[in-house]
Amino acid sequence: MAETTIPLKLTAKDFKSDQEVRWCPGCGDYAILAAVQQFMPELGIPRENIVFVSGIGCSSRFPYYMNTYGMHSIHGRAPAIATGLSASRPDLSVWVVTGDGDALSIGGNHLIHALRRNVNLKILLFNNRIYGLTKGQYSPTSELGKITKSTPAGSADSPFNPLSLALGAEATFVARTIDSDRKHLQSVLRAAAEHQGSAFVEIYQNCNIFNDGAFDLIKDADTRDEHLIRLEQGQPITFNGLNVVHPEGSFGLKVQKGGTPIVHDATVDDPAYAFALSRLSGSDLGTTPIGVFRNVQRPSYDEIVRKQVLDARAQADGTPEEMLDGLLNAADTWTIL
Amino acid sequence: MAAPAKRVEQLDRVVIRFAGDSGDGMQLTGDRFTSETAQLGNDISTLPNFPAEIRAPAGTLPGVSSFQVHFADYDILTPGDAPNVLVAMNPAALKANLADLPAGADVIVNTDEFTRRNLAKVGYAVSPLDDGSLGDYAVHPVALTSLTLGALAELGIAKKDGERAKNMFALGLLSWMYSRPFESTLRFLERKFAKRPDLVAANKAAFHAGWNYGETTEAFSVRYEIKPAKMRPGTYRNITGNQALSLGLVAAAVRSGLPLFLGAYPITPASDILHELSKHKRFGVTTMQAEDEIAAIGAALGAAYGGSLGVTTTSGPGVALKGETISLAIALELPLVIVDVQRAGPSTGMPTKTEQADLNMALFGRHGEAPLAVIAPKSPSDCFHAALEAARIALTYRTPVILLSDNYVANGSEPWLLPSVDELPDLRVEFATAPNADDGRFLPYLRDPETMARPWAVPGTPGLEHRIGGLEKADKTGDISYDPANHEFMVRTRAARIEAISVPDVDVEDPSESARVLVLGWGSTFGPIGAACRALRQRGLPVAQAHLRHLAPLPDNLGEVLKSYDKVIVPEMNLGQLANVIRARYLVDAVPFNQVSGLPFTAATLESMLEDVVKNG
Repeated sequence: MAETTIPLKLTAKDFKSDQEVRWCPGCGDYAILAAVQQFMPELGIPRENIVFVSGIGCSSRFPYYMNTYGMHSIHGRAPAIATGLSASRPDLSVWVVTGDGDALSIGGNHLIHALRRNVNLKILLFNNRIYGLTKGQYSPTSELGKITKSTPAGSADSPFNPLSLALGAEATFVARTIDSDRKHLQSVLRAAAEHQGSAFVEIYQNCNIFNDGAFDLIKDADTRDEHLIRLEQGQPITFNGLNVVHPEGSFGLKVQKGGTPIVHDATVDDPAYAFALSRLSGSDLGTTPIGVFRNVQRPSYDEIVRKQVLDARAQADGTPEEMLDGLLNAADTWTIL
Repeated sequence: MAAPAKRVEQLDRVVIRFAGDSGDGMQLTGDRFTSETAQLGNDISTLPNFPAEIRAPAGTLPGVSSFQVHFADYDILTPGDAPNVLVAMNPAALKANLADLPAGADVIVNTDEFTRRNLAKVGYAVSPLDDGSLGDYAVHPVALTSLTLGALAELGIAKKDGERAKNMFALGLLSWMYSRPFESTLRFLERKFAKRPDLVAANKAAFHAGWNYGETTEAFSVRYEIKPAKMRPGTYRNITGNQALSLGLVAAAVRSGLPLFLGAYPITPASDILHELSKHKRFGVTTMQAEDEIAAIGAALGAAYGGSLGVTTTSGPGVALKGETISLAIALELPLVIVDVQRAGPSTGMPTKTEQADLNMALFGRHGEAPLAVIAPKSPSDCFHAALEAARIALTYRTPVILLSDNYVANGSEPWLLPSVDELPDLRVEFATAPNADDGRFLPYLRDPETMARPWAVPGTPGLEHRIGGLEKADKTGDISYDPANHEFMVRTRAARIEAISVPDVDVEDPSESARVLVLGWGSTFGPIGAACRALRQRGLPVAQAHLRHLAPLPDNLGEVLKSYDKVIVPEMNLGQLANVIRARYLVDAVPFNQVSGLPFTAATLESMLEDVVKNG
């Protein structure tokens, strides 16, 4: 691999590819793309060492628009492909861009296993609660009873809470943000980028064609303060005159007037805390925390795998050819003269 | 008193089958006998046969596990059709294997296991040892278990451990009968039970007791010798197909200078390749046991994108799941090796039995026009060279390659003349390092004029940042394209670049140079077809044999070869998959001959079929 030198100071423009962006006008993806392109230079990583891998869906067109390395792969399989890339190339910064259908429906298995392994991936899940590219069927994050083309009488299956799912898989970094809040989005991306291991970021993203206004409750200036809970490390969790408390004798967290608000600490090792936080938000968005829910350290899959190979190599003698000769002969052999 | 001198008879070949309960250690016994035989310089071919159940109920027919070894003083091609000797450790083993024995075969039975209860388990009302039903065979009743326990009495070993050593008694007896050198077995026991000196002592004592039993008892009056085979000079080891395939992949990593990344999900009969490769990290081998077959190939493809030699190993059901990712690899034009150790299907089928029925899937089993290269090894040791060849094609032509092994070659073994590492193919590759267009741009789909391969530009290379994906790509630039003319061009180009892969011509073996009948095979049928052809030629019946290693693309000279015979017979362990390809492509009236029993062809079956064709047309 080529030696990397100290990069020139890059700008957002350096991360824009020459491809025409083809999302629907007004799509939330534009805001996310702009935010990512603007934030990327901060990483100080040369463009050639950044790879975006995506699956299939509207969000998965993302790599084409980034002037980095990129692969637009198969529906649901991006975490698997990215795992092979990341485990074999520790010098790369690997980002997965996925959607609610891609990551949680067809690719649910790969997502939970990437998180369980703690592969060094930054996973951005654009959640718009609808299938956009196939033109408007309900998704695994659509609210129960959702009326769509494929469910004229209302969907019959309960949605996933993506953060609860990720935390159930013991993801080491779990966060949520919103497409339209560039500052918050970038602060979450920054924290994700700094994390060693899997970073899972759910981004609420508006599909203005098939599910317009899905997140208005927490976006509109008129309503958002009543529903949005901003998590800040080391700060008490309060909003709109309400506190998030841990009622005595209860397993979870509760929003109430009065009481002692808990102080947010994303580094709590037990995922139960972040899980409890994730349970505050339901389909109705009534009380929706955003920010970093969990940020803990444990060895990444890549590091462990890499170390096993390096340790084995360190103990090996001779050139690869000599070692191969030894391996071929490592059995009961006999010689015919 | 000295033991009576035993008569020594010379034989040119013997087939022995060790059969017992799954827990009786028959695979190990067979392995050791094979290793002793290899030391002596006989040519060998082996075939294990074990149940898919991990531990079927003891003493039942489904629980029978066997290991067949064929050895000779000349070069042999198969594990043998019918055993000359059956070692039956219990009534179930006798019953399950009796039908395969020719009249006059030696049958050594462990009489201690012929209890009323064990006989009843397999439906014997009366012991076959007592009712005269074994009159056609030379039966040697041996109280194997009690003799073993007797020999170990002074060692103070637990009864259960003592009983478990009875396979070594059997091995000792057979080693005596066939005059095998046993030092390697004693060394093996020391290694295997290094942490249990009591078991080393017990197993060695059981082995010696078996040997001495043969020497002293009157039940065995003849000892046999089989002279070493005339084999090409060099150093040999015995090797199974799965081992050889694993070593071939390691060799491909060494000779290409690339890290090897294996993504795999456990599946019979391919798992041993994952097990073997996971031991060779010092060669820069990374093995990932993925969450499923799809992730396994996905990770391998991701690693290939990053510049590794990406490999995934599986069996038929796994290839079915990997189809979409293989298709992506075809669109991305990245190197990838997919190993399919075939087993009997459809669905779960018979996971421990063999078949060649994934050829259609390998050639055609994907959506869209999705061509790739397909190759198949012809014998256990050939798996080594087939793995290197698969890597050569993948790396040179930047394409996925399917390697079709099967259960028969994967678990069978034979002596392997060890190659010199320096003589293995040079697989070094060059990654793209600089823009390739006149205007200073990088065109990810600009092709090498000779190989038609596109550049392998791995992430981390400055200035070559580009995006690839499953959407149709414009020629040269790789940009997304829905242009009709471009799609037509790209589909035809992908087909043409596979057809243009350089593969060796197919050789025809016809010592008479007068044969009018050609037998065309592929993969693991090489041994039985070759043995049948030899047998016919020895009887003065000319027959030609051609064997395909490359199934896609097919060798350039194949059409000409096929057209120069009056009759082309295609034996396959499927319902005629290669025969269909041959008929469609060359308009030759190829005649299929098919067997789908889960077992390899016997040479005798093929000999009798071919005899009829050669004589009667």
